[in-house]
Amino acid sequence: MALLEIRNVTRRFGPLVAVDDVSLSVEAGEFFTLLGPSGCGKTTLLRMIAGFDLPDSGALLLDGADMADTPPERRPIHTVFQSYALFPHMSVAQNIAFPLRMVRLEDEAIAAKVKEALALVHLEDKGERLPHELSGGQKQRVALARSLVNRPRLLLLDEPLGALDAKLREEMQIELIEMQRDVGITFVFVTHSQSEALALSTRIAVMNRGRVEQMDEPSKLYGFPRNRFVADFIGKINMLEGELAGAGGGTVLRVPGLGEVAVQVEAGQRAGAAALALRPEHVSILAPGAPASHPNAFAGKVQDFLYIGEVTTYIVGLPNGQRMQALLPNSAPGRAKFFEVGDAVQVAWPAAAGVVLTQ
Amino acid sequence: MRAQSTLRWMVGGPPFVFLVLFFLLPALIMLVASFRFPGDFGGLAPLFGAAPGEEVGLTTESYAVFFSDRVYAEIFAKSFGVAALTTLICLVMAYPVALLIARSPKRNRDLMVLLVVLPFASNFLVRVYAWMIILGPFDLLFSRFAVIVGMVYVHLPFMILPLYTNLEKHDPTLLDAAQDLGAGAWQRFWRVTFPLSLPGVFSGAALVFIPVLGMFAIPEILGGKDDWIVGNMIKESFLGTRDWPFGSMLSLMLTIAVLAVAGGTSWLAARSMKAA
Repeated sequence: MALLEIRNVTRRFGPLVAVDDVSLSVEAGEFFTLLGPSGCGKTTLLRMIAGFDLPDSGALLLDGADMADTPPERRPIHTVFQSYALFPHMSVAQNIAFPLRMVRLEDEAIAAKVKEALALVHLEDKGERLPHELSGGQKQRVALARSLVNRPRLLLLDEPLGALDAKLREEMQIELIEMQRDVGITFVFVTHSQSEALALSTRIAVMNRGRVEQMDEPSKLYGFPRNRFVADFIGKINMLEGELAGAGGGTVLRVPGLGEVAVQVEAGQRAGAAALALRPEHVSILAPGAPASHPNAFAGKVQDFLYIGEVTTYIVGLPNGQRMQALLPNSAPGRAKFFEVGDAVQVAWPAAAGVVLTQ
Repeated sequence: MRAQSTLRWMVGGPPFVFLVLFFLLPALIMLVASFRFPGDFGGLAPLFGAAPGEEVGLTTESYAVFFSDRVYAEIFAKSFGVAALTTLICLVMAYPVALLIARSPKRNRDLMVLLVVLPFASNFLVRVYAWMIILGPFDLLFSRFAVIVGMVYVHLPFMILPLYTNLEKHDPTLLDAAQDLGAGAWQRFWRVTFPLSLPGVFSGAALVFIPVLGMFAIPEILGGKDDWIVGNMIKESFLGTRDWPFGSMLSLMLTIAVLAVAGGTSWLAARSMKAA
């Protein structure tokens, strides 16, 4: 049985359908992420799991039991709020002790558990501090310790890293993964950052306009997006829009102004309007005369490039006016850069690269 | 650097001079007055006398009278009792109102605050006399009860406003967090809302407690002879018996007593905060 099951949940605010017939389940021990742009319904869904909001229809089940009649304070589910929501009048230790006081634990047991929780988040010496004396990252850790101290069945994290600067965010990502592994508590994480989601999650549900567009492991989500929204939202992608047609034993995508692109399709995909979603790392960039080993090779002109360090992303203008991104690893010794802006080049990719999308 | 300090004096100077001239200086005048003899027809006797046998100079007479008769201490105790009770009732009545306003939609709050201060639009004495008309038929007039009713009625807005100002600033996420971590409604109030509102409680209490001690109109209009408080005694000394030194002395004793209470309270509060 799934730890958390969301069954056909819908939530409306006036004419707006914030969550539209969402069904998903989270297994025990998972690091599950709800990913989507702001306003996609992920926070509304999170608030319903926590109990601060109720669905208009559908059900939320924890360990198979409907939670509709259980108020937030009686759900074994804790939330780490985006603003941390530490109690400003209580010391760090008192903050962490709060959920233990609520269940009327003995003072000695509380002291022991608080100490343990402080150790978990590496704040052993900060117990007597007040929240306003802490840095952003430390507040974040206190909020985590407070939510984990009485071992909830489920921990909800509402964009908890959003307020941290980039370097600290990366450190906290690693800490989060380690912490989740150490305590073995199921995490449901909400974020709008696809890189955060890919780095942290065991599974991701991509949400858009109240619906789950796709639910998969990070690598599958990245490699096999099911529709244009997911392909576009996760990572960088080139989209070639065209008409799908059969031609001489293979399938081609007829792209206006470019020509025929050899593609591989799944069984059951019919002719019609479609798009080829192609990751930049699958596109090779070659000198104009060089023999292309791939069936798909098109001439273009370097319009721009982004040198990132380990790789360079070239932006190549194609004859149909489209800009295509191609990734070139900077692994060849002694060569920082291969092409300059304005160079004529060709871009090429195998027929098996990319995914054909009809949605 | 110099320009900055000039600016500071230009901004801070006038209020500073005003406070020295009209607050500090009068307080010192009153301190001296409390050690002088009353004049023959009110006012103060001259410090340096001309005629022999005339009472001139400084004396501790007023203080001697105050400490020789227990009645003054009793009136002080009664006054503090009335003030404390008024403050407590105001707090209990104001808190739900302030909470209601603070948690109302933003667009309604200004209107609700306006309603709270609306009574100030009519004259204070008219409003106190109105209570005579209300309480009269029930035979409740000229009693301690009537005095407390009047005091609470007049001072309630002074409790509501600072409380509201405090409660309105509370982050609602804190209550969500408390509930999320297992706190029921009662615990959310006592462990989060109330402790965070203490600054508002203290300023509201000060704004009610201190004016009540000096209030003379309400006990005079709604109370009986037994319901006089310090304010009445001070007023009577200046306007009735025309014994200015005695009135000055009472006023100073009141100031000292209030400071003692305020100091004691904040000491207790600081200690309990440390213990918690």
